[in-house]
Amino acid sequence: MAQIFPRSSNSLAKITIVAVLLAGGGILWAAYALNAGSFTTGVEVARDQNVPFSHKHHVSDDGIDCRYCHTSVETSSFAGLPPTETCMSCHSQIWTNAAMLEPVRESFRSGKSLEWTRVHDLPDFVYFNHSIHVNKGIGCSTCHGRVDQMPLTFKVNTLYMQWCVGCHRNPEKYVRPRDQVFNPAYETPAPNQDEIGPKLVAQYKIQSLTDCVTCHR
Amino acid sequence: MQKDLPQYWRSLEELAQTAEFRAFVEDEFPNRTPDWNDAGSRRRFLTLMGASIALAGASACTVQPKEMIVPYVRQPEDYVPGKPLFYATSASWGGIATGLLVESHLGRPTKIEGNPQHPASLGATDATMQASVLTLYDPDRSQTVTQNGNISEWGVFVTALTAARDSAGARRGAGFRLLTGTVTSPTLAAQIQEFLTAFPGAKWHQYEPCGRHSARAGATAAFGQPLNTIYRFDRAAVIVSLDADFLCSSMPGSLRYARDYSARRRAAAVNPNAHPPRLYVAEGTPSITGGMAEHRLRMRTSEVAAFAAALAQELKAPSNGSSAAVRAIAKDLRAHPGESIVIAGEHQPPGVHVLAHAINQMLGNAGKTVLYTDSVEANPVDELASLTELVNEMRSGAVESLLMFGGNPVYDAPADLNFLAELKKITFRAHLGVYSNETAAWCHWHIPEAHYLETWSDARAYDGTASIVQPLIAPIYSGKTPHDLINVLMNRADRSSHDTVRDYWQRQHPAADFNDFWQISLHDGVIAGTTFTEKMPPAAKLSTPVASAASGLEIVFRPDPSIGDGALSNNAWLQEMPKPQNKMTWDNAVWISPKSAEHYGVTTGDVIEIAFQGRKVNGPVWILPGHADESLTVHLGYGRTRAGKVANGIGFNAYALRVSSAVWQGSGAAFTRKSGGYPFATTQHTQTMEERDPFRAATFAEYHQNPGFANPPDKHVSPETTLFPQWQYNHHKWGMAIDLTACIGCHACTIACQSENNIPVVGKTEVAKGRHMNWLRVDRYYQGSLDDPETLYQPVPCMHCENALCELVCPVAATVHSAEGLNEMVYNRCVGTRYCSNNCPYKVRRFNFFLYADWNTQSLFGVRNPDVSVRSRGVMEKCSYCVQRINGAKIEAEKQDRPLADGEIVTACQQACPAEAIVFGDLNDPNSRVAKLKRERRNYGLLEELNTRPRTTYLARLRNPNPDLDKG
Repeated sequence: MAQIFPRSSNSLAKITIVAVLLAGGGILWAAYALNAGSFTTGVEVARDQNVPFSHKHHVSDDGIDCRYCHTSVETSSFAGLPPTETCMSCHSQIWTNAAMLEPVRESFRSGKSLEWTRVHDLPDFVYFNHSIHVNKGIGCSTCHGRVDQMPLTFKVNTLYMQWCVGCHRNPEKYVRPRDQVFNPAYETPAPNQDEIGPKLVAQYKIQSLTDCVTCHR
Repeated sequence: MQKDLPQYWRSLEELAQTAEFRAFVEDEFPNRTPDWNDAGSRRRFLTLMGASIALAGASACTVQPKEMIVPYVRQPEDYVPGKPLFYATSASWGGIATGLLVESHLGRPTKIEGNPQHPASLGATDATMQASVLTLYDPDRSQTVTQNGNISEWGVFVTALTAARDSAGARRGAGFRLLTGTVTSPTLAAQIQEFLTAFPGAKWHQYEPCGRHSARAGATAAFGQPLNTIYRFDRAAVIVSLDADFLCSSMPGSLRYARDYSARRRAAAVNPNAHPPRLYVAEGTPSITGGMAEHRLRMRTSEVAAFAAALAQELKAPSNGSSAAVRAIAKDLRAHPGESIVIAGEHQPPGVHVLAHAINQMLGNAGKTVLYTDSVEANPVDELASLTELVNEMRSGAVESLLMFGGNPVYDAPADLNFLAELKKITFRAHLGVYSNETAAWCHWHIPEAHYLETWSDARAYDGTASIVQPLIAPIYSGKTPHDLINVLMNRADRSSHDTVRDYWQRQHPAADFNDFWQISLHDGVIAGTTFTEKMPPAAKLSTPVASAASGLEIVFRPDPSIGDGALSNNAWLQEMPKPQNKMTWDNAVWISPKSAEHYGVTTGDVIEIAFQGRKVNGPVWILPGHADESLTVHLGYGRTRAGKVANGIGFNAYALRVSSAVWQGSGAAFTRKSGGYPFATTQHTQTMEERDPFRAATFAEYHQNPGFANPPDKHVSPETTLFPQWQYNHHKWGMAIDLTACIGCHACTIACQSENNIPVVGKTEVAKGRHMNWLRVDRYYQGSLDDPETLYQPVPCMHCENALCELVCPVAATVHSAEGLNEMVYNRCVGTRYCSNNCPYKVRRFNFFLYADWNTQSLFGVRNPDVSVRSRGVMEKCSYCVQRINGAKIEAEKQDRPLADGEIVTACQQACPAEAIVFGDLNDPNSRVAKLKRERRNYGLLEELNTRPRTTYLARLRNPNPDLDKG
């Protein structure tokens, strides 16, 4: 009886196995890249806003503290977005004719709120509380990056659960002194993080909370 | 038969052990595949499955949708986004106020709590109050002014009303009529009085369908004036209730009464020397209060009067002719002069109230346990006579214009008055109402009324304490208040309700510090110094002898246990709340005793036609153990036609049988069986735990002699009997204790939980399949004979077991143990295998078989608690011990760098509970209230023989029966 498979089948089979493995790996890599890429995560994608607000200008050039606008960051789960009135406290005096600020003035005249596109948007089943993080020595820039250098705001971290849990498991690597929380230039981990981290964890009574209900409920 | 009874039983079917009952109980999810078995719906099921798979695949690939942040333009001073604010206000039912604290998230009221400073609440709420926030957001609420059914405007109505007033004004107001419910609001009363002074020919009528007709008439008959009676259950050792449901009903002060009564019971459980109250209840229709009775004397509702007379007679002159029960009760009462209460029911005839007043005076209770004040009503009138007078004048053509402030007389006026036929003769009919209801449909004008959470007003509580009704939100549909309407009549249409109310109180308190007075009154939710002073009434006049019970089949009318008189019937939370007595949802039924059912040859589910005084209504029968024989109870509030999408067309309208000569009870009813097989949706069999001693009870004396009765050795399992490692708790260890001695079974906890945790309603068909979603159910057990059992209630939330069986079987770790002992349910991990629910011995897990949460109706989004996820289809859910409250309190304490205080975390059920039966706290703190309760010897765990080690435990129920009264 003649051979069913020609001799070339041997090579073909080997090539196929390798090709399938490569293709499978490729698909996995592509999926990972898609998942971790900025298309999905939104990392480093500046959002269009109705008013092109520049943190860089207001923080770096003008030296305004985070809390001037994000007033409830130390007391509430929500850091707070400034009411139009806060904008107008300066802009009724300066740049009063700037076309860029027309929506702000319009909002103040009409009483209709400005609308801002959320940059840091957690899924609705996640309950994040700003105040406890700030009070426990987690700085703004640890999560939000160098906002003081962003002309238009974008996020620098994925805000994936994996990323959250990284710090919740090892808070000593990211904690900073409370007086540095609102300093955007402070770098975590600090050069002496190994030394101050465990100390601050003890001092601030930081717990490593990894229960599901810490954030999901 | 008697000795074969299981000790506790839940239903007639269980007692009989019918095949259907066994099949229903043994099925984890009863009727779980009806969609598959039904050919029509199988196709639909496949369609949906196919679509959902496609959609699930597609939706998983989308980028997170864009979300906007919309800050204020000018942020109000005290608003902190993300933090709720609480405002004091008060809610009135039947005119009587209860003080509330309402939680508001950025101007959106979401949750009702009781006001701890208000004497009628002391922090407690009932199911109705809890659910009232849903009505605020009800999309079926009246949204616009209508003229003859067409959309109109407020300004046009103002012109029309002014013209009607001017037309009447030409005759000094003759022909102009106002119809309100019972008014306690001092401001509204003053406004109406001002109007009546200006137009002396006009008249003001009051009618409340389930009002206090008997109590008012009884007090007037006894004392010559309609005095208000207040009871001090904290001082009462012996209580005789003459058909009075003082623990859970629309009776003014019932929340306070429940708290005082339970406090005394709880104290007696701890202290053997304290005297627990002993409660005797004479009633025909099983009530919450009847369930708490040491001795429930089952009798027809019409026999209560004779019982009261016999008791009065026995107290006056002991005789051997009296029945053993009467003799024993009289002896008990005589032994506690000034320390007892005889309380007559709201639904008993005035004669019974007179007798109760007389007995209380005879026993020296007046001034001690029974206090009298002036009536809290602004203008107490005989409301039945008031309405009858109005209808008679409508008939005679004397009424030209009628302005109705709320109410729904076309639906709920006594049927013999023919209100609708006479209403049609009036030339100007206007109706102010939260809903465009049956009455609005027959009015020329309908004006949407502001919900009480949108209203400036005031009202008095059961003891006269006045509170300001403060709005939490601007009227969503431009609703108007009664104050606004009177202002129009007085040519002050531009005057706001706020100014009207504030001006009234400024007149009462003209001092220079009025601003402070006003702010403090608003803040506290009570106006200081307005509580009525006690009065010593003259000796009660025993007028006519009480008529003896008529023979023949008796019919009893009662407000529905969940939706009351029908004003709240479009509230889905209340519709789906199992009625405490029979665990039925979404329906009313004709209650009948087992013996009478046998006698008349009807059974549960048979539809009968009841004939009473020439009127006929069809309704389904429900056999209720403990109901009086030869008696039917029908509940009002159902059979609505213009209530809204939720309530239209469900149940039958018992008002159609109710006549002004028999508003609460009548004899001479008859019925014929029409058909059978009416499908009820009841929750009483689902999630059963069968005969495993879930309920444990003894008398106070037995307990103090044998404290270990609730923990028999055969139930005890050593904690080490497990292969799994023991959990360690370094910080907190949460736990809950539920005191069955205190619990009255009112279901306030169920609705409080629903409101706090965004629990959806599922509808009648789904409830019938055992798919109701309430995280906290209240199990009802019977003990004793079929005809006259004792009724027992047991709230069952998640047990948060130490060795949780659910955690072991979840394939995706969606339910796990937390470091503080909580049994966590992680919605975003859950894939819906339902293994956990199968393995849960307590049956406390609820599964979203469909998308029960309403994701489409915009107005309902407002009622949701922003701190709790809204669950989607295919997700398991259950009691979380209100983990959002735990986390919130922990964060606040940590920010202030202090330890959590005991009592700082209060779960929603605990907060609502009028009886303070539920206590939550940290078991690692030996001084916490919950830890102390768990050290009591009557503490036991449900099914603890399974070694689940539940951390929700129960304190066994204790009773204080009269040794002289052997219950035979």
